Amino acid sequence: MKIVLNGETREIKALTLAEMLVECGFSGRVATAVNEEFVPSSLRIAHELVDGDRVEVVAPMQGG
Amino acid sequence: MKTFYGTDLPNPLMLGTAQYPSPAILEQAFRESEAGVATVSLRRESGAGQTFWQMIRDLGVLVLPNTAGCHTVKEAVTTAHMAREVFDTKWIKLELIGHTDSLQPDVFQLVEAARILTEDGFQVFPYTTDDLIVGERLLAAGCEVLMPWGAPIGSGRGLNNEYALRAMRAEFPGVPLVIDAGIGLPSHAARAMELGYDAVLLNTAVARAGDPPAMARAMMQATLAGQLAHQADPIEARDMAEASTPVIGKAFLS
Repeated sequence: MKIVLNGETREIKALTLAEMLVECGFSGRVATAVNEEFVPSSLRIAHELVDGDRVEVVAPMQGG
Repeated sequence: MKTFYGTDLPNPLMLGTAQYPSPAILEQAFRESEAGVATVSLRRESGAGQTFWQMIRDLGVLVLPNTAGCHTVKEAVTTAHMAREVFDTKWIKLELIGHTDSLQPDVFQLVEAARILTEDGFQVFPYTTDDLIVGERLLAAGCEVLMPWGAPIGSGRGLNNEYALRAMRAEFPGVPLVIDAGIGLPSHAARAMELGYDAVLLNTAVARAGDPPAMARAMMQATLAGQLAHQADPIEARDMAEASTPVIGKAFLS
């Protein structure tokens, strides 16, 4: 299916948010949102993605 | 020194982590400043996030994640939830930007987001203006800290409205108050502390200085000097001179 990952369209095989993170090479501390809603890490395994989902994966960054 | 949601700080300086020439200089600036709090953010993961996070952890400081760049309540609340999970802290520096040029907080949305987040167990550090009524509303919404701006973010103008900041200090004597944004020089930071503020949060003034570690140290010393001066009960300014050397006993020589 196609999703929009951090603003870029991606074709993925993964069915869940957790699988997508592995497939796309994310590791370490990240937080996730799907269609502008926060998805806690504990719910990623159960969170099934659907075609066209907008997924955000964010990590620690410099800030003021 | 007042506590911030029950936490003592080693000194009154909170330091941002953005805009340094290199990660090594950022690290050095923190070591020199001995700042106990580092502000951080969340951005789309591009590979650099994990290294940065490890470096911040190694500094051994408290982490204050922000909601920088958020323009709506929903955006800010979602960002706060993501930050709580990633950084494992209830602290959130709540920024709700209302104006593109001045980065002035949208105080109406700020109050609403503060209420939502407080009810959800967050400990909110709201980046606000020097408006007293907004301050009251934020406290009513559950905030136990207020962070009025000194001047617009990154402007380095110092304390634009000292009268208002003084009024805010007088209005909320028991509330930890932090000057957040606008500091350009150590004298600005010292002035904030002389007014009785409890801490100063700054980033650009250090990160963009020619020698960030030296400026970080200068800022820390300035906040401590200002704090000590406030505690020492300074004299009032007066218009006329008042001789400090005793007049009595002066030899008659003319």
